[in-house]
Amino acid sequence: MPVLDQDTLDFISHSPAQTRRVGARLGALVRSGDLICLEGELGTGKTRLAQGIGLGMGVVEPITSPTFTLISEYHPPRPVPTLFHIDVYRLDDPVHEAMAFGLDDYLDDGVCVIEWAERIKPILPAERLWITLRHLDANKRGIMMQANGPRSQELLAAFRQSAFGV
Amino acid sequence: MTLILGIESSCDETAAAVVADGRSILSNVIASQVDIHRRYGGVFPEVASRQHVLSILPVIEEALAGAGVELRAGSPHAGGGTAPNGGLDAIAVTRGPGLAGSLLVGVNVAKGLALASGLPLVGINHIEAHIYGNWLVEAPPPEFPLVCLVVSGGHTELILMTGHGQYQRLGGTLDDAAGEAFDKVGRLLGLPYPGGPAIQEAAAAGSATAFKLPRAWLPGTYDFSFSGLKTAVLRIVQKYEPQASGGPKSKPRTVSSQMPPLVRVLPVANLAASFQAAVVDVLVEKTCQAAEEFGAQIVLLAGGVAANTLLRQEMSRRSPLPVRYPPADLCTDNAAIIASAGYYRYEAGERAGWDMDVNPGLRLVARPTPGPEDPEGTPKKA
Repeated sequence: MPVLDQDTLDFISHSPAQTRRVGARLGALVRSGDLICLEGELGTGKTRLAQGIGLGMGVVEPITSPTFTLISEYHPPRPVPTLFHIDVYRLDDPVHEAMAFGLDDYLDDGVCVIEWAERIKPILPAERLWITLRHLDANKRGIMMQANGPRSQELLAAFRQSAFGV
Repeated sequence: MTLILGIESSCDETAAAVVADGRSILSNVIASQVDIHRRYGGVFPEVASRQHVLSILPVIEEALAGAGVELRAGSPHAGGGTAPNGGLDAIAVTRGPGLAGSLLVGVNVAKGLALASGLPLVGINHIEAHIYGNWLVEAPPPEFPLVCLVVSGGHTELILMTGHGQYQRLGGTLDDAAGEAFDKVGRLLGLPYPGGPAIQEAAAAGSATAFKLPRAWLPGTYDFSFSGLKTAVLRIVQKYEPQASGGPKSKPRTVSSQMPPLVRVLPVANLAASFQAAVVDVLVEKTCQAAEEFGAQIVLLAGGVAANTLLRQEMSRRSPLPVRYPPADLCTDNAAIIASAGYYRYEAGERAGWDMDVNPGLRLVARPTPGPEDPEGTPKKA
């Protein structure tokens, strides 16, 4: 397990199923106010990872791509917070449009997972867990997690402990 | 004769229609925003809401005038008005699923009109309305039980319908909706928005067997998955065009003057045809299986992707049961289907209160059961 520094974790998922399990481990650790940003081109497993996060939070219904509706809301059993699954792929002027549809409101009020987050980076809070996915081959994906603030450092440390035991 | 005014504003069409007895269209007016959204490569929510506000009242007025009715309670035989077909019986409006800001425009206008006219109000599920597009076809009404494949930009669902308002969800997409896959692959291939018609057009000149693309059969379920197919197309496109990132804003190809001209031109027609065939293959096969298992009398297609010619042809060819689909202009969003669904809800005695709210995530059937899990099992909570 390559560790670049305390705030970065870089590893490989060997299958979509593994990407989902990675997400589920992370989802079991999140709490209200957490922001998870997903960056990566089409087909790298952003939605798959988000499905896993939902699974780990206890969401029982299928989590599908929010590209069409921009935001999908899921309500796991209490006291787990609401999951907002957001996708800014379609926005032409993402920064202004994301402000217009009230992204701030969601960020205060549950766990936000944002796909194509790099498109709205300027308006995202500094405190966030940034996950970059990249194609390695047909099934393998590189997954890099970077913590940017005390809470996401805590979340990343807990994830590292849960997934890799270190 | 029961006359329902239908109002639809869930996404990028502002529409109003008057339908008699749930089956016969007296007027059907649509103000499309496709041209506005085309330059964004998708629906642009804030623009959509503003356009709905501008269009909705003229659209409703045109629908009423076209149907020869007035916005008041009263059967054709009741006196008082000058319109040839008299008054209306109810107003039906889409309350979800869709974009919140867009839905709010239709629902609030419908409430205002209902309050002013004294007409009852019925809230409609947009997905259900698409199924009712098949009741607007000139033929005897579909017999129950039936299996309906609802395929659009935001939805891919296989529904068992055992009576009016009686639905069971057999399965649906686990990731991308079929129409979304068309839009995303259309963009990868450099085709215009919306991707569905553009891919169909491009595919006409191509070979469906040129590329072997994956089909996610997900055996033992009636679920679908299109994200692997999308990724497979991306991998092929990348072989031809090193710069294609698949990102929302793919840059135009620039060829350095030192390099020889690209000899491998992206085979758009063959890729479009192979992709379309892969999507249709899975949709048709699973729908036929479901129809057989549940003893359906007829197979229905509904939603925007039901306008796809190959899907219609293949479903008709491969299904042993009768297959029905609405004409293309009733597959895409419109208000006649809202009025038709509204008629059957109205006849069943349903009335919405003033507290009716929009529900952007409204489902046709509650989904209490999780999707199929990985054979390797799901991780335990830490």
